[in-house]
Amino acid sequence: MSSTFKHGPSSQHRLLLVLFLSVLLIFFDHHLSSFETTRGYLQSFVSPLQYLATAPKRMMIWTTENLTSRKDLIKQNQDYKINELLLKEQLMHLSDLERENNRLRSLLSSPLRKETKKMVAEVIAVDSDPYTHQIVINRGANDGVYEGQAVLDDQGIVGQIQHVGTISSRVILITDVTHAVPVRVSRNGIRMVATGTGQIDKLVNNFVPHSTDIKAGDLLVTSGLGGKYPEGYPVSTIFRVNQDESRAFAQVLSTPIAKIDRLRYLLLLWPSTHTDDNPLSFEAAIEHSQKSKSTIKEGKE
Amino acid sequence: MFAHNGIIILLTLLLALIATIIPMPLSVDAFRPDWVLVVLIYWCLALPSRVNVITAWILGFILDVLLGSILGVHAAALAISVFIIAENFQKIRNFSIWQQSIIVGVVAALYHLIVFWMQRFLTDVVFLPSYLYPVITTIILWPWALLLLRKIRRHFKIK
Repeated sequence: MSSTFKHGPSSQHRLLLVLFLSVLLIFFDHHLSSFETTRGYLQSFVSPLQYLATAPKRMMIWTTENLTSRKDLIKQNQDYKINELLLKEQLMHLSDLERENNRLRSLLSSPLRKETKKMVAEVIAVDSDPYTHQIVINRGANDGVYEGQAVLDDQGIVGQIQHVGTISSRVILITDVTHAVPVRVSRNGIRMVATGTGQIDKLVNNFVPHSTDIKAGDLLVTSGLGGKYPEGYPVSTIFRVNQDESRAFAQVLSTPIAKIDRLRYLLLLWPSTHTDDNPLSFEAAIEHSQKSKSTIKEGKE
Repeated sequence: MFAHNGIIILLTLLLALIATIIPMPLSVDAFRPDWVLVVLIYWCLALPSRVNVITAWILGFILDVLLGSILGVHAAALAISVFIIAENFQKIRNFSIWQQSIIVGVVAALYHLIVFWMQRFLTDVVFLPSYLYPVITTIILWPWALLLLRKIRRHFKIK
């Protein structure tokens, strides 16, 4: 029997070899940022496996979407119409405010806020690894996705692009332990940094002095510092401020506003400086996202 | 690798990889058994000349890419776990199915601890008991996986 006698190098030598390889890989991956492109290639290499793994779930979603009754669809449609009416009213108001804001800004000779390009993406996989909080989306280098790009859902900031593959890319969530977002309190503009804790419902704000005017219920929005995230998008709400004087800093905890545990459609943002041609207007962006939504739909059918 | 229906081994390993990344509700997700480890241990016990530490390392590397962890972490942990099995395969083969389950459980616990220690060394993760929940499901999974894979091996006459 061939299994009784061993062939080739002994197990110990093999183990030593692979452990050496592992240490090398860990070193290169953890300490050299130039390894990111390799990660990108590897990501595109395994994306068929990810599509295969999510196939049953996508099929289930497809069947539930196709088996909804006529009554439900009509009701849904009505809800959407009402919602659209309300949103359109807000939009009218908003565009008026935007014009006014731009006028005031030009009077103060401060730079105007530019419209940003947007794209809708769909989540195709969520990591089962408990140590990292990452998801995979169905947009890659082919769609112009780049590393460090901001990712949102309909409520607030979700995370940023970590590795870009050809047709899929990996998003690191704001709750990951290695991630932090520069934020400010929307009430009074105090700047802080919201760091992930590895728990899905908790962010921690480090190095906040005791004297800071901050209380539970405050909304934290991106401050735009650091250049990764555009300014003014909601990140989290503070749920506990522990001003224990025996500690060096106040303990500030917040919960993410984005529904981190039930993500499906996401929005990718391009800053206005990153696009070489003139940026899309708001209406064009909506059209664009609708178009990409319909391509998702087409892809499913 | 491909002689004597070796492709079946690859297929089972591929299925194990898919089972590892298939989306699950958050509450069930903490209990996801270590499919790849279980399948690797079976093939390592049955055909140690074909599935060895190197195979385990390659599978671990793919797992690293799929899970987005730092490259080499799962690879090293899987290689060490399978090394323990490969060194003692003749003993473990002769144990009863329940004794094997316990050994697989111990190896799975070691695997999770190695991954945790490396992550702890590289980033600031803190230990939660939930990181070891998969060990329970892996112990329960082993007898069924053993019977199924044995059936597959005999049916396809994989040598």
